[in-house]
Amino acid sequence: MNNLLTVSPSPHEYGKETTKKLMYGVVIALAPALLATIWFFGWAAILITSVSVVSCVIFESLIQKFILRKKPSVSDGSAVVTGLLLAFCLPTNLPIGLIILGALVAIGVGKMTFGGLGNNPFNPALVGRVFLFLSFPVQMTTWPVPKGFKTSFTDAITGATPLSILNENYDKIPVQNIMTDTELAMPGYQQLFWGNMGGSLGEIAAFALLIGLAYLLIRKIITWHIPVSILLTVILFTGILWLANNESNADPLYHLMTGGLLLGAIFMATDYVTSPMSKKGMIIYGVGIGIITVLIRRFGAYPEGVQFAILIMNAFTPLINIYLKPSRFGEEVKNV
Amino acid sequence: MKTFAKGGVHPPENKISAGIPIEILPVPEQVIIPINQHLGAPAEPMVEKGEAVKAGQIIARNKGFVSANIHSPVSGKVLKVDKAFDSSGYKQTCVIINVEGDEWIDSVDRSDKLKRDINLTGEEIIKKCSENGIVGMGGATFPTHVKLTIPPGKKCNVLIINGVECEPYLTSDHRLLLEKTGEILTGTSLLMKALGVERAMIGTENNKKDAIEKLQSMVSEYSGISVHALKVKYPQGAEKQLIKALIKREVPSGGLPIDVGTVVHNVGTAYAVYEAVQKNKPLVERVVTVTGKDMEKPVNLLTRIGTPVSKLIEYAGGLPDSTAKIINGGPMMGKALASLDVPVTKGTSGIILIRRKESRRSETGPCIRCSKCIAACPMGLEPYLLMTLAEKELYERAEKERIMDCMECGSCSYICPAHRPLLDYIRLGKSNVGRIIRERKQK
Repeated sequence: MNNLLTVSPSPHEYGKETTKKLMYGVVIALAPALLATIWFFGWAAILITSVSVVSCVIFESLIQKFILRKKPSVSDGSAVVTGLLLAFCLPTNLPIGLIILGALVAIGVGKMTFGGLGNNPFNPALVGRVFLFLSFPVQMTTWPVPKGFKTSFTDAITGATPLSILNENYDKIPVQNIMTDTELAMPGYQQLFWGNMGGSLGEIAAFALLIGLAYLLIRKIITWHIPVSILLTVILFTGILWLANNESNADPLYHLMTGGLLLGAIFMATDYVTSPMSKKGMIIYGVGIGIITVLIRRFGAYPEGVQFAILIMNAFTPLINIYLKPSRFGEEVKNV
Repeated sequence: MKTFAKGGVHPPENKISAGIPIEILPVPEQVIIPINQHLGAPAEPMVEKGEAVKAGQIIARNKGFVSANIHSPVSGKVLKVDKAFDSSGYKQTCVIINVEGDEWIDSVDRSDKLKRDINLTGEEIIKKCSENGIVGMGGATFPTHVKLTIPPGKKCNVLIINGVECEPYLTSDHRLLLEKTGEILTGTSLLMKALGVERAMIGTENNKKDAIEKLQSMVSEYSGISVHALKVKYPQGAEKQLIKALIKREVPSGGLPIDVGTVVHNVGTAYAVYEAVQKNKPLVERVVTVTGKDMEKPVNLLTRIGTPVSKLIEYAGGLPDSTAKIINGGPMMGKALASLDVPVTKGTSGIILIRRKESRRSETGPCIRCSKCIAACPMGLEPYLLMTLAEKELYERAEKERIMDCMECGSCSYICPAHRPLLDYIRLGKSNVGRIIRERKQK
């Protein structure tokens, strides 16, 4: 060796985890849901996902190169995750132009305006999704019925989602009758679990999302605090409503497996950048998302509220970070 | 299995030299003895150029209570008392001695025979520690006699002996526990007597199974001492974390272990206390782990204080070509050396050779707020926030966020997936906040 030694402050040992590995870990966790959706929606699912991911990656690198003039960092995988998540909350027959527009808003407005990865206050994929939802409500709420690779992209047979059927008929028909009504054709628990129903691309297959959750937890990409507090809050809240009046409220299990709840709780609310940092904060945030979701679903104008609930709680995240600190060592002094 | 509650990481252990018995490093031709090898005031040199000294003879006297005597580790002639580089990279006053033979002062008992009977009172034990220049051997080098003197109004009811050695690579405490078990247990009894406590707990991590077995087989012969195997987790060897793990008490912010009724001493210190009290031997040598992934012959070396680091590396097979960084201490908290000519001091627990590919830091990315640093911080702090506050020079807020509680264990920098230099900035913040606090106190 030469006589020059590297001198640097401690620590001299570094962990193996990197931002890139974490991001691609999320991609791996999303893979089961992607496979499930391809099974149910065929080519349409592949097309939408590819368009969304590719547009997100291209928009991010273009903005970095020509507007921010920063060193390109698109390879860190965060744009791929945003692209996947955006695709996962779109209906499968959305015109391609709208997908690209959604990706531009997600990456451009949702993420890069604030300085890129780590600085955005709101989940970029949800910003894109809500923009499309409010601007193109008809296209965004037309749900093709899953027919596997036979699902046609352009003139698919469309149907309502279980939540929208419920939302239209609350207080009109007792919930038990909605469930059994042959004309409304509400999917049963088994169908919900395996994902054979109308809905956005990635939100339908509960089992695949749960596999993703298990992977995220085992791989220590996320902790249980956010998803568990959201899901428990929804179960508790809808459970109380259901026990109080089961004529006009669906049961907790049905709420759990319909709409974007699992996708939101597992993959969107847990976005590092936009969720609180301390364990206490994560639980408050999760409880908030759960309550707002149920309020919108049951008492609001929209059948589904997860997207708004997460964005609203994203706005509270900086405040939560200021007021809910981790418990410091030596705080509770035990006397000898 | 017991461990501390908050935070912590688990770096690869790499205890390459764990199975290698302690070897004695030959006395070098020249030793460099810094007069400041401890926390507190530097000692006052008592020898002059040309003076002949014997091994064990005092060469620098402590200056004030929080200071430690320094003894000559070799016999020979003083070449000069002059400024020389120490392991921190700064120059400080050192006594440089040219070695001639190996003649010891008469009072030192150099036999290997275990001497268990304790005939001295607590006060006499403390006096012996002070005379013989005993300091904390875990790395902090706080003078032992100060720690043994309990401030008025405080009470100590349990002594904790730290045999955790949570730093990767290091095995010197492990080998001591295994090879000098009786001496350490006797040293523990001496410390108990000095503190006036009935109970002592020896805490060690469960990756030292042979040492734990040996301790457990012998501990029943010593009254009041118990051995505890702890789950492997860094930084368990930090005083506050070890206390939490063993007796579930939390030392308050800015406080000392004595505030929760305990005192912590390292196993190396227990051994040094045994030698000082039972054998009249001053602290002139210590066990140093010399290791590295490409090292030909990783060893645990009983080394005279003042031996240049280059001699230790030579003994262990020389410097491999792949070496790019040399660390004094463990890889998590140790300091990188700028030169191999600096001496081993009382606090040198290991010399670790880091290969080129592991010596470089990865490129830093933006903070993604994954909160892994918060989860890893054993003090319950928010490293990402402290870094930002230090970067933006918001020191008042940093003080409120308890930046001074940081013990610089490095868990945050270790775990950060964006490889942010969290601890670098926190250190900067700490030094500035520390200055502000001192200025405030002076007013």
